[in-house]
Amino acid sequence: MTGTWHLFRLALRRDRVVLPLWTILLGLFPGLVASSFASLYPDPAELAKFAASMSNPSLTAVYGPIWAPNLGGLTAWRSSIVLLIVALATAFIVIRHTRAEEEQGRRELLGATVIGRQAGLVAGMLVALLASVVVGGLTALGTAAAGAGGTGSIALGLQYFLACLLFGAIAAVIAQITQGARTARWIAGAVLIGSFLLRMVGDAGGDLNSPLSWISPIGLLQRMRPFAGERWWVAAVVLLAVVVLSAVAYRLNAARDLDAGLIAPRPGPARAPRSLLSPLGLAWRLQRSTLFGWLIGYAVLGLFLGSATDAAVDAVKDSPDLADAIARIGSGASIGDMVIAAGMAIIGIGAAGQGIQAALRARGEESALRVEPLLAASVGRLRWAGGHLLFAFGGPALGLLVAGLFLGIGYGAGSGEGAGAIGRVVGAGAGQIPAVWFTVAIVVLLFGLLPQLTGLGWAVLAFFLLLGQLGAILQLSQWALDLSPFTHLPALPGGEVTATPLVWLVALAAVLTGAGLAGFRRRDIASGG
Amino acid sequence: MENVISVNGLVKSFGRTRALDGLDLEVRRGEVHGFLGPNGAGKSTAIRVLLGLLRADAGTTTLFGGDPWRDAVSLHRRLAYVPGDVTLWPNLTGGEVIDLLGRLRGGLDTKRRDELIERFELDPRKKGRTYSKGNRQKVALVAALASDAELLVLDEPTSGLDPLMESVFQACVNDERGAGRTVLLSSHILAEAEALCDQVSIIRAGRTVETGTLTELRHLTRTAIHAELAASPNGLGSLPGVHDLVVEGERVRFQVDNAELDTVLRALTTVGVRGLTSQPPTLEELFLRHYQKEEEVVR
Repeated sequence: MTGTWHLFRLALRRDRVVLPLWTILLGLFPGLVASSFASLYPDPAELAKFAASMSNPSLTAVYGPIWAPNLGGLTAWRSSIVLLIVALATAFIVIRHTRAEEEQGRRELLGATVIGRQAGLVAGMLVALLASVVVGGLTALGTAAAGAGGTGSIALGLQYFLACLLFGAIAAVIAQITQGARTARWIAGAVLIGSFLLRMVGDAGGDLNSPLSWISPIGLLQRMRPFAGERWWVAAVVLLAVVVLSAVAYRLNAARDLDAGLIAPRPGPARAPRSLLSPLGLAWRLQRSTLFGWLIGYAVLGLFLGSATDAAVDAVKDSPDLADAIARIGSGASIGDMVIAAGMAIIGIGAAGQGIQAALRARGEESALRVEPLLAASVGRLRWAGGHLLFAFGGPALGLLVAGLFLGIGYGAGSGEGAGAIGRVVGAGAGQIPAVWFTVAIVVLLFGLLPQLTGLGWAVLAFFLLLGQLGAILQLSQWALDLSPFTHLPALPGGEVTATPLVWLVALAAVLTGAGLAGFRRRDIASGG
Repeated sequence: MENVISVNGLVKSFGRTRALDGLDLEVRRGEVHGFLGPNGAGKSTAIRVLLGLLRADAGTTTLFGGDPWRDAVSLHRRLAYVPGDVTLWPNLTGGEVIDLLGRLRGGLDTKRRDELIERFELDPRKKGRTYSKGNRQKVALVAALASDAELLVLDEPTSGLDPLMESVFQACVNDERGAGRTVLLSSHILAEAEALCDQVSIIRAGRTVETGTLTELRHLTRTAIHAELAASPNGLGSLPGVHDLVVEGERVRFQVDNAELDTVLRALTTVGVRGLTSQPPTLEELFLRHYQKEEEVVR
């Protein structure tokens, strides 16, 4: 572990802008939500009434249960999306300072100096620990300052701290197993989404002790019940998991060679198949496994959520209060449709993430200097970029339709509506496409005009997600909410569709994409260094 | 003879750094042209402009008489390129990359491909991420050499190859010359340029400082002389064109401007020569002299 301190300082130096930015901004979020609730509902009775109206299955599926109808309880519930973002960000940080460094060959450069074998891993974990402390600390201070109560605030801060640390440790293990940083990020993201989905499906059924929710890391963390009779032993369990995972990562790192994963590479074909021999064929080869991963995810999620919706509807039928509350929201949609629409809104954000990932692949290829030999061959720039953009725009569109199809199948089978449901739910999936395309188009624009900033695409998506999930609670004015393309989508199925905003979104997406491609034709190709 | 490449007063800046500062380069059809310069002199930047990957700020650049930026796609059918920093797709095999690059530039001689793979002792079934730097370079070299391109643009192609493979490479380039192809070979390994190039251009800090055949360039430089004389020489140091003279009894060593070689040798023979070795100037010395010039200017 010699040299850990140097590597830790190097990592902090490399992250000197990004790390403080996201840890502080996201750490302040729960506090902001709490003070916003406090000013909206100064009277505890009103707060409780609001909580009751929010306890419907669709919101429970998205955010988890409201454990206590008080200020702290509502804050913990409503900010749970932030919990996911900080967990993912910490996982990415660990991968960035471990596997990514190794893959780029920079670890080798350092490994030859007086730096121990474990130094990189430990330094990466230390950065994660630092990020966790900042996020957790600010969360606790912020919610306590908003008057949510000391003990609960400490528990909430601990929850955020542990979420970061747990996913940091999971990422540390993944980084030892895979050989590429991209695959590692992808698996870490899948673990997070998977644990969110487990919790979503578990909680949507109305049973707050569903085993699905308990085995999901996110569900487990939420079962610490901050502000509602804290279960401190859950924190101890998570901490134990962190220790075990870190030890596993440490052992794996000790046992393997530099640059190697656990999965040994096999020799491949000596000749290229005909299907590879075009820019599109290459893009397909590079993007297909990611695309299949997403499609399988959509199908599994769709089936699970679709069949869980029926249980949610039953839960509401059993509770007249809840049915009343939902009737008061009064969009006229059935409860089942509301659950599906809420699920579809989240899937839409995921699909935008899929599109951004595919678009960023183009930039990744460029930064890695792999575009150079292609463009130095007889390939036009648009022809090359087009191959990847097909996946950036077509991939999420296809994914949303698949999600709709399986959601519809699950829903139709459970509710007895049958095949009729499929059409409506596939339509709901298609309804997300304009906003997804708009988001992806922003990334294409960055790629063409400000290529160094292409990675900001993720920040744009996080911004849209936070606007959508927390904008109303933070009492942002309508123009601010309107900044997110997802604000302009109809709530489908069940809602009313007006064509104008959809047409506008698609048209703007086309304009942004065109401008991005025009910029790409004109600019220098990255030449490294 | 017709120019395949001609570059005049090429300027390219990245932010505040001026990578190319009025570069000139002429490459005639059928020649192997050495493009020499120390690291960071701007060789790769110039090549990237020639390939239409970077846009020139000023100056004129023509490739096969066309504009490398505007006509990139059609011009690239006639050339093959080996980047200085070869990165491969981690999950594509070397063989797949060779076929892909060959196809994308318009065709590949599969018989030649297999021949070259054997000659370079490359395993085409390994995945890109498992190749060493030298093997990655071999992949790019095989793809380029197996093409039927008129022009080969090679950016420091041997920096990762072992001496054995380097001689294979040199043999291949000589074959290409025999086949009438034009080669632009950037390098900072001077022995390689000496072995291969008909014509060289030396660049420094983004500017061409010397261009010509090696013989022409050598003429401008000095020969190193070691001599064992019959007696201790007198007045050798005062002769024009003699530099760095060291006298150790009857042994002398010094450098002499080639223009004054004749006069100086006469002076030696008047003393009586028992042994004499002379070394032609190497490109290293050419290089060093340009460095020194630069430093003098700075001072």
